[in-house]
Amino acid sequence: MVAEWFRQLKESANVNLTIFYDRFDGLTYLNGLATTVKLSAACLALSVVFGIGGAWLQRSGWAPLRWLVNGYVAFFRNTPPLAQLYFFYFGVGSIMPLIPDGAGGTHRLFDNFQWAVISMSLFAGAFNVEIFRAGIEAVPKATTDAAEALGYSRFGAYIHIVLPLAFRISLPALNNNLVTMVKGTTIAYAIGVPELLTASATIWNASTNIPEMMNVLMITFLALVGILVVAMHRIERALHIPGYNR
Amino acid sequence: MSRPFAVLLPFRPGDGLAGIAGHRADRRAAAGLALAAGLILVHAAAHAATAGAKPAVLETLWRWTPFLLGGFVWNIVISALAMAVGTALGFLLGIAQISQVRAVRAPSWFATQLLRNAPWLVLLFYCMYLLPFQLHVFGTRIGIPDWLKAAFGFALPVMAYVSEIVRGAIRSIPAGQWESAEALSFTRSQTIWMIVIPQCLKRMLPAWMNLYAIVTMASVLANVVGVSEGLTAAREMLAAEQRVELLLPVYAYVLLWFFAYCYPIARATVFLERRWAVAH
Repeated sequence: MVAEWFRQLKESANVNLTIFYDRFDGLTYLNGLATTVKLSAACLALSVVFGIGGAWLQRSGWAPLRWLVNGYVAFFRNTPPLAQLYFFYFGVGSIMPLIPDGAGGTHRLFDNFQWAVISMSLFAGAFNVEIFRAGIEAVPKATTDAAEALGYSRFGAYIHIVLPLAFRISLPALNNNLVTMVKGTTIAYAIGVPELLTASATIWNASTNIPEMMNVLMITFLALVGILVVAMHRIERALHIPGYNR
Repeated sequence: MSRPFAVLLPFRPGDGLAGIAGHRADRRAAAGLALAAGLILVHAAAHAATAGAKPAVLETLWRWTPFLLGGFVWNIVISALAMAVGTALGFLLGIAQISQVRAVRAPSWFATQLLRNAPWLVLLFYCMYLLPFQLHVFGTRIGIPDWLKAAFGFALPVMAYVSEIVRGAIRSIPAGQWESAEALSFTRSQTIWMIVIPQCLKRMLPAWMNLYAIVTMASVLANVVGVSEGLTAAREMLAAEQRVELLLPVYAYVLLWFFAYCYPIARATVFLERRWAVAH
């Protein structure tokens, strides 16, 4: 029924939305959507881990470790994410060990999807380090003093007291960075990860419906970003501590 | 040292991309650069020892440097053009966002949000595919080169970000400024152009510089849609040399060039933010 309607739309209005009536194009697009969601979720989780880890190391007493984190943040924030992706996928990928795939052939240690996750997480993670650092600095000294007085270790106080508070303070900035990251997943197109942009390009090359597919792509991304923003606002509201930092 | 006006509250880069601007950490300036340069040198040295008949990696990089720089110049051209066009249009869009006329305010808000939340690469694809490759003006055909279309593609998101920077800066001007201007019988447009905007410029500059660095970094995306620039030059060089051991050093070298260009801008941004912030 729906398929019929879109087929007629093509005939009557010359708007060729193949993804709604062509089974192959539809599946290609759905697969792209699933890949983008998976890519975003993986980068989201990993970049937050990098952010928290980096912010923890930045407070380390050992100076070279702090320099290393500062160097990582400065370098990844000030170089193009696409060039980073090429550096990792083509550059670092070329010296990765070969692993037998069990069918007689071999492949490199990480595939393009995994490199995209690593590269984009490192990029977003560099921003997250700064975001969490600012959040940690915003936790009052008296709070950590109180934790120490209650016998918390430095690590214990960080995990149980400082981080939960800092995370809440960081949420709005983190929210912005994650939106930037989800939009940034499109660069995985450059190394052939079958995400939304790649899927759309495949479809518009085969079905020559460039304007239609571009609009579909745009609307899909606006919807994805919209869902993320709404979800993050919900989390922000749910985690909000009454009377704290408002 | 001149002190800023007491009425100026520090502009906090609020929402959107501008939020990323505010890094105030004590950066060890050389650390990142030294780390990356060290990595390349170690790698290059290791290969220089084993390369044998082929020229050493460092030597090859040095030989290709003018070619790579020639590509890098395009990144600067494209980003500068995108910034110029995007800033001019974004400024107007930002002022339209605070218009008292709903019919002006609502569409400009919508356009800003649309362009701000769409991926850069998708906007770039839009411009590359949907802009004509030539224009007919009074019977003569004027070709539009690829890089110009790409620059326009980057100008779209720049427009949205500038629009938000302008709106944020105007909103950060205390209401007292508007009220005193009104008391002195300034019209609304006089107030905006003679009282508010001049005070905003200083607050917008750090965020604008940060945006410039981001656009320079984004300009490599043009490589994906087939416009020649720095990263394209690197790929052409690799294709010409056909040596696997060059892959890592060449991409690292390109990263270093961008770092050398963008890091000073980031430092200057932080410096200006600190310097122009009014102590509470």
